[in-house]
Amino acid sequence: MLPETACARDTLQRPPEGLGLLYDATLCVGCQACVAACKRANDNPAEFTAMDKLWDTPLDTSGHTFNLIKMYRNGTMETKDSELNGFSFMKTSCMHCADPSCVSACPVTAMHKDPVTGVVGYDPDACIGCRYCVAACPFGIPKYQYDSPTGKIGKCELCRHRHEDGHYSACAEVCPTGATLFGRTEDLLAEAKRRLALKPGDWTTIPRGRLPATGETPEAAAKWKGLVDQGYQAQVGNYLQHVYGETEYGGTQVLKLSAVNFQKVGMPDLPPKSSAATSETIQHTLYGGMIMPIAVLAGLTWVAKRNVVPDDAEKGGQS
Amino acid sequence: MSAHHPAAPVGGKLFNLPVMICSVFIAAMVAILFVRFVFGLGAVTNLNDGYPWGIWVVFDVVIGSAFACGGFSVAMLVYIFNRGRYHPLVRPALLASLFGYTLAGVGVLFDLGRWWNFWHILWPGYANPNSVMFEVAVCISAYVIVMWIEFSPVFMEQWGLKVQKQKLEKVLFFFIALGTLLPMMHQSSLGTMLVVMGPQINPLWQTPIVPLLYLLSAITIGYGIVLFESCVAASAYRRQIEMHLLQPIAKIMLGVLAVFMLVRFGDLVFRGAFGHALSPSLEALFFWLETACFAAPFLIVGTPGARRNPARIFIAGCAIMMGGVLLRINGFLIGYDTGLGVDHGWNYFPSIAEMIVTIGMFAIEVLAYIVITRRFPVLAREGAAH
Repeated sequence: MLPETACARDTLQRPPEGLGLLYDATLCVGCQACVAACKRANDNPAEFTAMDKLWDTPLDTSGHTFNLIKMYRNGTMETKDSELNGFSFMKTSCMHCADPSCVSACPVTAMHKDPVTGVVGYDPDACIGCRYCVAACPFGIPKYQYDSPTGKIGKCELCRHRHEDGHYSACAEVCPTGATLFGRTEDLLAEAKRRLALKPGDWTTIPRGRLPATGETPEAAAKWKGLVDQGYQAQVGNYLQHVYGETEYGGTQVLKLSAVNFQKVGMPDLPPKSSAATSETIQHTLYGGMIMPIAVLAGLTWVAKRNVVPDDAEKGGQS
Repeated sequence: MSAHHPAAPVGGKLFNLPVMICSVFIAAMVAILFVRFVFGLGAVTNLNDGYPWGIWVVFDVVIGSAFACGGFSVAMLVYIFNRGRYHPLVRPALLASLFGYTLAGVGVLFDLGRWWNFWHILWPGYANPNSVMFEVAVCISAYVIVMWIEFSPVFMEQWGLKVQKQKLEKVLFFFIALGTLLPMMHQSSLGTMLVVMGPQINPLWQTPIVPLLYLLSAITIGYGIVLFESCVAASAYRRQIEMHLLQPIAKIMLGVLAVFMLVRFGDLVFRGAFGHALSPSLEALFFWLETACFAAPFLIVGTPGARRNPARIFIAGCAIMMGGVLLRINGFLIGYDTGLGVDHGWNYFPSIAEMIVTIGMFAIEVLAYIVITRRFPVLAREGAAH
């Protein structure tokens, strides 16, 4: 019944110039400077969960909080980056998937993946507020503002509104340890693999802020503000040999390194095939070129024409 | 042969207890919706980012439209499989469908966070044909229009528009064909909406053949609704239950249901997901509740003797409806978990206000059914049908 090859839609891959972040949990000190910078860059209000209402204390990302550092805690919490009796940090923000579920789900193209930068952007003027993107995202990233009659979806857009002024993602701009690094995903992936190949405990240079593209010209570098060489010497973390985001759902543009199991720090275990590909393959198989619906309609019309008898004709004794 | 049974208004008073009760719920619904539109979804619902869809989507739209499949299921039987003797069931079933779908369409607006943009979904430049929801929206919108056309002879008869009625009936076959195709498309797509949610949906309900499951179950629910609604209408209006029609309908329903069960369990075993049904979890419990509801009709109306009992017919119809409700609740709510409960797990149970709005929507349907069957020729004329 379903021709499998004709309309199959493969999992989309990252655009070659796609931009992203590399988050290295072993470098993160949990200072939340990136959370504050993200709030400022996106003009978001503080969210209070404590009685005194002095500090911005969101418990999770929300329609008003697009980036958050979460903490994994176990036992005595003595050792950083240890699964047992330890703790670890994890950044929660949009992964900018190669094949985003939110983009496939959105019925009005309010979620849109830039073909060059690969940034998954949101357009509130197109959005109908159906929250299918919220339900679809396996990372739980798009969030809705339930507290407003005109609520929007809130999510990280990699500070794309600041790129024109030469600013890159605010979280990476302010990160004091280089735990969050901005750059082209291809370069970030190479940097991640470089770190995984090193011996834990050895000293190495860790870049901060923006990672220059390989073979970057001075003109291309001048596009971005800030110092290029902010690197410093740090010890290599005790990494799991897994760059999260390299293959998950066809890959994401935000990559992550961790010493603690990714599922334990809140990153879902995802197959290399995206759900968007599965969903669109089903839809395109059934509705590609509207061939199947039209064929069925033709058949139904033919049958119905034979069987539908006008009421008056029946009264005349026909059947 | 297909003897035609003329339909006639039931007549009688419009102001009675059921109408009053419905009106109270509708008034409460309007008040709650006022608060919702002034202060936002959070003011009246328990929706949150772990459960962005609540009962307004799952009950009012996904289940509401499946309950409205009676018209489609019966029309398919009468006009496509040429079983003319079920003709007396077409109009009442179509009426229930008409309101079920129209209200599902209106109900969506209550849930849309940015409802003033709703037209974008059908507008070139905004519409995203890759989105399953786009397909659902287009098909449901088209189907609502098609159903009003299919049902319009009822109004034309009552208002004496003979010429118009004759003209319409010449092309009615096309709308009937379209009215069979469109529900097949969107009822299956309502299931496909789960696919993009990927591993967030429990494997008991996340399958590439989910469109087929939702389509088959929608057809059985359609017949279940006809059994239910015929029994209720007969009881409420103190008329004869059309057992000579309901018995074979029940049998057809069992046939489609058997296919559904085969596909359902074949798929679970084939994907190796059946183990999830044996785990000690809420999901497994609800899976077995759902399965029990779908299996019950075989025990209740499995034999010709049992099908002669109106009470059994009624209960079988209810069981099918419950099974359909559970299949959808399980897929969209019970079996849905964002899996990101690291800092705080997400919970959802509908607020009283959400429930009142959902009840209010069903109250509108009941109210409209009463008013229209009493004033317009929908139900078969009493006595003429035998």
